[in-house]
Amino acid sequence: MNEKIRELLAKLGNLPTPVETLADDADLYTAGLSSFASVQLMLGIEDAFDVEFPDHLLNRKSFQSIAAIENTVQQILAARKVA
Amino acid sequence: MNVAAQVQLESLDVRAARVAEVARQHADAVDAEGRFPAEAVAAMKAERLLGIQVPVSEGGEGASFSDIAELCSVISQACASSSMIFAMHHIKLSSLVEHGFQSPWHMAFMARVAREQLLLGSATTEGGIGGNLRNSICAIEIDGDRCRLEKDATVISYGAQSDAILITSRAGKDAAPSDQVMTVFLKDQYTLERTHVWDTLGMRGTCSDGFLFRGEAPAEQVFPQPFAEIAAQSMLAASHLLWSGVWYGIAADAVAKAQAFVRAAARKSPGQTPPGAVRLAEISAQLQMVKSNVIAGLKTYEEARHDGEKLSSMAFAVAMNNVKICSSEMILPIINGAMLVCGIMGYKNKTPFSLGRNLRDAHSAQLMISNDRIYGNTSSMLLVHKQDTSLLG
Ligand SMILES: Cc1cc2nc3c(=O)[nH]c(=O)nc-3n(C[C@H](O)[C@H](O)[C@H](O)COP(=O)(O)OP(=O)(O)OC[C@H]3O[C@@H](n4cnc5c(N)ncnc54)[C@H](O)[C@@H]3O)c2cc1C
Repeated sequence: MNEKIRELLAKLGNLPTPVETLADDADLYTAGLSSFASVQLMLGIEDAFDVEFPDHLLNRKSFQSIAAIENTVQQILAARKVA
Repeated sequence: MNVAAQVQLESLDVRAARVAEVARQHADAVDAEGRFPAEAVAAMKAERLLGIQVPVSEGGEGASFSDIAELCSVISQACASSSMIFAMHHIKLSSLVEHGFQSPWHMAFMARVAREQLLLGSATTEGGIGGNLRNSICAIEIDGDRCRLEKDATVISYGAQSDAILITSRAGKDAAPSDQVMTVFLKDQYTLERTHVWDTLGMRGTCSDGFLFRGEAPAEQVFPQPFAEIAAQSMLAASHLLWSGVWYGIAADAVAKAQAFVRAAARKSPGQTPPGAVRLAEISAQLQMVKSNVIAGLKTYEEARHDGEKLSSMAFAVAMNNVKICSSEMILPIINGAMLVCGIMGYKNKTPFSLGRNLRDAHSAQLMISNDRIYGNTSSMLLVHKQDTSLLG
């Protein structure tokens, strides 16, 4: 999942820094992720993992870092298993 | 009891009404000359209204956005420029009140604003960036315990009259354009070189000249949290809600004039419905829409205020954007309708029904962070955020 997220971030994040150089917990907003790019990234992730972000997870924190995104997607997948 | 404490015993409404009276007396001159409404701002200070948002523990009165929006509306019905200055000051103050508690300098400064009734200005707009406030070109230079900033600030309302300016920039020379901070600079810590003169259609008293800003101050005056957080959690909401309070006031004043016109006609010929009466009913309904929209926005904010997660959610951002769009767009047909009701008496200057200033001032609303920009921003969020379709939720 981490690799796929990095791949999408490279494609859609429009970051000035190469994604390979970012640690999992690096702040993506500090790295230059704009609100427009973050929406594009969310759409890419929804499509790639076949998930839909519920509204309570659509905030800055959920997309703050690669690790946060991974955690957010895991959370949605786990909730789906329970349901 | 000292004078300040005595004033503060009276209700905010009474104090704002006195400010509005002063503002009304000078509104036409302020508009015609494009000058700073010095009398109205002096009245705001005398009534201690510049510090009301500061918590009681820091010497203020703990006024909420709803309280302040109401005062914006009251003052705006007399002079929209004065009211916009009041609104913009409180938008800046909200950054201190909502985010200053993490830093001793900002805590002490907010107390000082209340004590000394300091007027706060704002410099977010930048040459080459326009109203895209979440991006900066200029960068702050932090050198030990000092910071330095130079910014091509193309619009700073009452820049020349501000006691301090809150200004955005990139966090450092290597920071990305969206990696921003906000810094407070005090009047004696910066120079302003005028680059643009504010000779505009309306809102002429805000004196929003362009300046080359050059400042140097202790580095502790930089807000510790990223500007992104301040913008998302309080500044955008404060801007859209307090601006909307001002804009509602412009429209409400126009509707009041139209109603006075219709009532005068009705009294002259009892038994007959005056020709403008139906149009008045129409703009009254439209005004109610603006009012409901602003009230709902204020309620949404007050409910989310202490919930950082809610404040940074897309649902909240979309709701605040929609408040701004609705109020800035709706006031124009309302004032236009009022003009149709009052006819030539509304079109002419210096009659009791003159609507020229209302109409000109109101036209700034759609440009003050361009509605097209805001629509663009909302439309992108709506690609993932699902609109809440419940009525009360
Ligand atoms: C009364 C008043 C007082 C103000 N006071 C201050 C102040 O004190 N401090 C301060 O910093 N600023 C202030 N401003 C400036 C304000 O906040 C905006 O930054 C400014 O109005 C935007 O300027 P602009 O139209 O030149 O720029 P832009 O935002 O660049 O917009 C220009 C035009 O380009 C189009 N456009 C640009 N980007 C987009 C997009 N992404 N999507 C769609 N269309 C787009 C729009 O049609 C827009 O009208 C004030 C403005 C007013 C009217």
